Amino acid sequence: MKISITRLIIYIILAIFIIFYIIPMYIMVVTGMKSFAEVSLDTMWNLPFSLNFNSFNVAWVGNMKQGFRGLSGSFLNSVLLVIPATIISALFGSLNGYVLTKWRFYGSDLIFTMILFGMFIPYQSIIIPLVLTLQKLQVYGTIPGLILVHIIYGIPISTLIFRNYYITVPTEMVEASKIDGANFLSIYRWVIFPLSMPGFAVAMIWQFTSIWNDFLFGLIVTPNPASQPITVALNNLAGSYIVQWNVQIAGALITALPPILVYLFLGKFFLRGLLQGSLKG
Amino acid sequence: MQIKGDKWTPILFITPSIVAVGIFIYGFIGWTGFISFTKWNDVLPDYTLVEFENYRKLFANMRFQIDLNNTLVFTVIFVISCLVIGLLLAILIDQRIKGEGIFRNLFLLPMAVSFIVSGVIWRWLFNPGSIQMGNIGVNQLFEKVGLNFLICGWYTDPDIGIKAVAIAAIWQFSGYTMALYLAGLRGIPLELREAASIDGADQFQIFYHIILPFLRPITFGAIIILGHISLKIFDLIVAMTGSGPAFSCDVPAFFMYDTTFRGNHFAQGASIAIVLLLLVSLLIIPYLVSTFRKEA
Repeated sequence: MKISITRLIIYIILAIFIIFYIIPMYIMVVTGMKSFAEVSLDTMWNLPFSLNFNSFNVAWVGNMKQGFRGLSGSFLNSVLLVIPATIISALFGSLNGYVLTKWRFYGSDLIFTMILFGMFIPYQSIIIPLVLTLQKLQVYGTIPGLILVHIIYGIPISTLIFRNYYITVPTEMVEASKIDGANFLSIYRWVIFPLSMPGFAVAMIWQFTSIWNDFLFGLIVTPNPASQPITVALNNLAGSYIVQWNVQIAGALITALPPILVYLFLGKFFLRGLLQGSLKG
Repeated sequence: MQIKGDKWTPILFITPSIVAVGIFIYGFIGWTGFISFTKWNDVLPDYTLVEFENYRKLFANMRFQIDLNNTLVFTVIFVISCLVIGLLLAILIDQRIKGEGIFRNLFLLPMAVSFIVSGVIWRWLFNPGSIQMGNIGVNQLFEKVGLNFLICGWYTDPDIGIKAVAIAAIWQFSGYTMALYLAGLRGIPLELREAASIDGADQFQIFYHIILPFLRPITFGAIIILGHISLKIFDLIVAMTGSGPAFSCDVPAFFMYDTTFRGNHFAQGASIAIVLLLLVSLLIIPYLVSTFRKEA
């Protein structure tokens, strides 16, 4: 009997936390599904009478009469941005990780630590020169410019993820190929790369999530609405007094959806990235 | 352990990354540092050197003093709450409960979402309403379940301000510490606990003398990660509150953005960025050095 009381307490505490965690998600889903007639701040906790997706529709296409943009354009911008940036930064991370674990040279540990430091800096400390440089390169305000930024500032984390992954690949395998006369690139192509899929999964999911969720770079590198990523567009939508709150909340759900889907379907890799981002392998 | 020969090809392949990091991180930090010593406090650049003038002005600025204080309050509340809630949830989930996966996934889900998304939602949840509207959001929920004493002005009350933002941040990150601790608990050898209980240790003694010391490196790592996130906090402030009444929600990262990109005071903004970088470095550099010295 004593055991079941302990169990009961455990479940009660967990239930209290569930409420805390679920409240924002509940409001997001419930509000998004109410009709404009039904939606009201007084009854924000009530369930909707019937399903209605108008809020999502308005958040997506905007409202020309009231003069605000929907999120559809910037959703597409984010897709166009996140795909190349994710793939390219994972490739860089893979090559760097391969060099830093299997071809270590004098000073390579110091270089790794110095690369890693870039992961922690507040980007405010590089953003003014970044803007000046992107203007010089004539990519300021463009999606390719933002892609470049995400690739470069993604190097530290993707290098860390692959380094931690390749450390678990036995060096003897590489040594054996070396004796067989294989060189740097052919070992990468035929030995390391085929083993790298779990590393790519972790790195790409991590990069996808953090690039999709990035706000600061998007805000400052792409000030023009036509090339803004979705987080910046959502912030504009939510900061506007003419946009109804249910539209703002629906917009938040649209913005959250891609990373949530990734999390739901590939949660295992997401978790692994999370643990690796903080602890060494 | 490295492979002999073919010495230059690997270096060639890692060079682009080294150059990129060298320029875009270290070079740019130096550049920002340089700007912070100039007179560039208008739209057009002015690179006349003024020594520490911008820093002197910064530390004399009341808004910046409030910001530093807010950062301290936010960091303490955020880091400690995430550690305590994370550990508690991990211990509970570790008790072989039913539906473990569901609990774990739910607690971790907020981590996947952008600060802008959570800021927008928490802004509405913590909206205190008005006399005409009555209570809305969380206050209305408290009213309904009879917890009226909890009703307050949240981020509109200068005495609460940044603490309301901290609650949203805790919502987002406590699942992360839960995951770290849970991984740590699962790594404790079962024999260790069994041996202790055979020796007559009770649950509390096992927790205090075996589990806690085992989790110490995780706690240390988590403090570093959460600490640097909280020093840099920006997105959540933008989406949820902005500076707040009497700068009660303001933080250095937001002040930097405001000063530089809205006020065009580039040199002043650069000085805030450098102070912020130094604060983060104080936390991160000892951690990086100790971690990789041990490994080498």
